[in-house]
Amino acid sequence: MGDHGRFKGCIGVSQSLIQWFRYASPQSFYPLAGRMIPWFWAAAAVFGVAGLWISFFVAPTDAQQGEGYRIIFVHVPASWMSMFIYLVMAFWAALGLALNTRVSGMMAQALAPTGALMAALSLWTGAFWGKPMWGAWWVWDARLTSELILFFLYLGFMALQAAIDDPRRADKAGAILALVGVVNIPIIYFSVKWWNTLHQGSTINLTKAPSMAQTMLWGMLLMALAFWMYSIAVALTRVRAIILERERHTEWVKHALE
Amino acid sequence: MHWNSVGEFFAMGGYALYVWGSFGACVLLMVVEPLLAKRRLNEVRQSLRRERLADELDHQSGTS
Repeated sequence: MGDHGRFKGCIGVSQSLIQWFRYASPQSFYPLAGRMIPWFWAAAAVFGVAGLWISFFVAPTDAQQGEGYRIIFVHVPASWMSMFIYLVMAFWAALGLALNTRVSGMMAQALAPTGALMAALSLWTGAFWGKPMWGAWWVWDARLTSELILFFLYLGFMALQAAIDDPRRADKAGAILALVGVVNIPIIYFSVKWWNTLHQGSTINLTKAPSMAQTMLWGMLLMALAFWMYSIAVALTRVRAIILERERHTEWVKHALE
Repeated sequence: MHWNSVGEFFAMGGYALYVWGSFGACVLLMVVEPLLAKRRLNEVRQSLRRERLADELDHQSGTS
């Protein structure tokens, strides 16, 4: 009797697990991603418009940096996303290594170009902020250098995957690179604390109240949300292309297109 | 609202190059990247459709 109950419980658990793993198959993830993309675009547009409005029309002029500080509204979100996307990419890569699920490797591959774009934007907007405030487009400072390394990690990941023909082997090799590179993320994050640097300290911090005007903070958070939603939308679009490319010889792909 | 004119807005208090150079690069890349991703998806769909059409034609000529 007791054994019977436990057996039924096991079936319940495994059924809900199966529900989850169902989305781990490219076949069911492909249409799901297609349904989600428009919603992420809509969210990105709403947050983007609100964030830009605050960035240019609500947030006050900075006492020290005048209007030049407004670069913060794209610089910080791009920098956050460049680090966050890397962590998500490494997470999918690790999951792919551990469980050998097909979609994981595809997700990691789909995220890399968007992460590289965010790192590039972070460096670019940083240069355009550094020039008027520090007098230099670039300095070999800990924060800037570690962000540059992050950009190269993305490029290396993409190049490595592109160089290996067998996608499953490419996923494995990429995953190892991605996981080794994770060590760079805390280095970027804490670089302004660990080293004496030209880069200013964090404006937002988990332990202290933010050292900036409320409206500036809101603008930054809304822009960060817009960048986040953008990244999801574009990565899902790319993962759909990757799914079709890799699964093109399977039976379901033939029926997936209308 | 702290801008007195459109010109003042675009001048960004003397930081026009830096502010618009930053926002402009973001807008540019964030328009181009989705278009490239969308094109990649359309290309693979297109090639799959052609493949299917070729299969169907093969099938028809084989049976008739």
